[in-house]
Amino acid sequence: MTTPDTAKPRETPLRGVHERLGATMTGFAGWLMPLRYRSETAEHQAVRSAAGLFDLSHMGEISVSGPGAATALDYALVGHLSAVPPGRARYTMICAADGGILDDLIVYRLADEEFLVVANAANTDVVRDALRERAAGHDAQVTDQTAAFALIAIQGPAAAGILAPLTDVRLDGVKYYASHRGLVAGREVLLARTGYTGEDGFELFSSPEDAERIWATLTDAGSAAGLVPAGLAARDTLRLEAGMPLYGNELGPDTTPFDAGLGRVVKLGKPGDFVGRAALAAASQAPARRVLVGLRGATRRVPRHGYAVLWDGRRRGTVTSGAPSPTLGVPIAMAYVDPEVARLAAAGTADDQPSTDEHGAGGTADGRLAVDVRGRAEPALLTPLPFYHRIH
Amino acid sequence: MTVPENLHYTAEHEWVAIDGAVASVGITDFAQQALGDVVYVSVPAAGAAVTAGEPCGEVESTKSVSDIYSPVDGEVVEANPEIDDDPGLVNTDPYGAGWLLKIRLSDDTEPAGLLTAEEYSALTKEAE
Repeated sequence: MTTPDTAKPRETPLRGVHERLGATMTGFAGWLMPLRYRSETAEHQAVRSAAGLFDLSHMGEISVSGPGAATALDYALVGHLSAVPPGRARYTMICAADGGILDDLIVYRLADEEFLVVANAANTDVVRDALRERAAGHDAQVTDQTAAFALIAIQGPAAAGILAPLTDVRLDGVKYYASHRGLVAGREVLLARTGYTGEDGFELFSSPEDAERIWATLTDAGSAAGLVPAGLAARDTLRLEAGMPLYGNELGPDTTPFDAGLGRVVKLGKPGDFVGRAALAAASQAPARRVLVGLRGATRRVPRHGYAVLWDGRRRGTVTSGAPSPTLGVPIAMAYVDPEVARLAAAGTADDQPSTDEHGAGGTADGRLAVDVRGRAEPALLTPLPFYHRIH
Repeated sequence: MTVPENLHYTAEHEWVAIDGAVASVGITDFAQQALGDVVYVSVPAAGAAVTAGEPCGEVESTKSVSDIYSPVDGEVVEANPEIDDDPGLVNTDPYGAGWLLKIRLSDDTEPAGLLTAEEYSALTKEAE
């Protein structure tokens, strides 16, 4: 099916729930989505300390099935999907012939001849069309199933404890990036141990009709443990703290996986050709054009998407994502910078102050590295990614 | 969303309370809801001159940053001393403890160009 490019946004099966909860809704990639329910900072902190419940039904689900499904995906994507056993999942990417990223994906192998490709909402049509084109001649069917699925994520250290009594799936048998069919709240789901928050958690793919029931059951069971509904605003700061890239910010058609520091997802050793192989093989050998780094603001003014990164007052990079970090209490950002600047800033940090604090940010801002925050250079520190590691 | 009847407003979502020669200024409930959690507010210190319609500070929230525009001409006599440590007051009490500035008006006449509560409410309904 196609997404009509009209002003009327698509609504998820949980629209009524969000309305009853009084969510602030926002347009996102053609969908009407909850931005926040109350305080996005409180939602963020609940996911770090207890659990959060997310409606991710806008994500694209594309089924690739048939005898040639595995080889079709090996050709279409940069990963080695035919090597993934049924029941497991991979983080991977779909690239153009020039190596530019069309989307980042999670691909679940559900059975020998059945895969579920989860795409970003904004890219679902592009991914579906590219998969169809690339699967031609591989004896595989590519079907956009987005409307056939609701997707609810429960994320946070309390997630497993809340979910366990509500499902027949033995959760300690479900590894990170594994999936299992089973029941949650008596409804059939595909239960996966995946997420985008830096916490342990699960994603539940269900039929749209069952979404409200699953949401309500999780809410009732989890409230006492601190589970709260969480919106896209919290999701963005959670993934930023966890150093996870976002398509449209860190990833895009002018970026290769190597630029993003994610060259490991490109399986140049897999058999056969794949779209982008020649360009990506070259990119893997070439000196880096730019480096994705973490920055920590030394003042309270926040580096944001598109702001210039300065070295000795000259523009040497661009911020891709930035926000005040609810966990660290300071502004954090990811940015592409000139490799030389990354090297100099890292050396400066090491020389100035060999000790690192608990969050891994060493040194003091000497002002050579800065971000142009709306006309004023605000000193920044190079910081290893991710900004946040879970300790649970 | 609340829009108190007794205040004046600007199209840039500030509120103004005029008491004699001094105007108290903050951002509206509509503005704080649109911004989300406020994490930092920058406003001019006492003594600074401000001009109606000109940016005089900024409000940072999780998702965005917005300029604060001075609604009046005058001189800052006080910036809210609580706001630096607790910028969340802008969210929890935008018309009370979350006030931002007190400005001594540069002339005695009622400042021009401000909106009534009714006019401001109509404007925010258009924005929704």
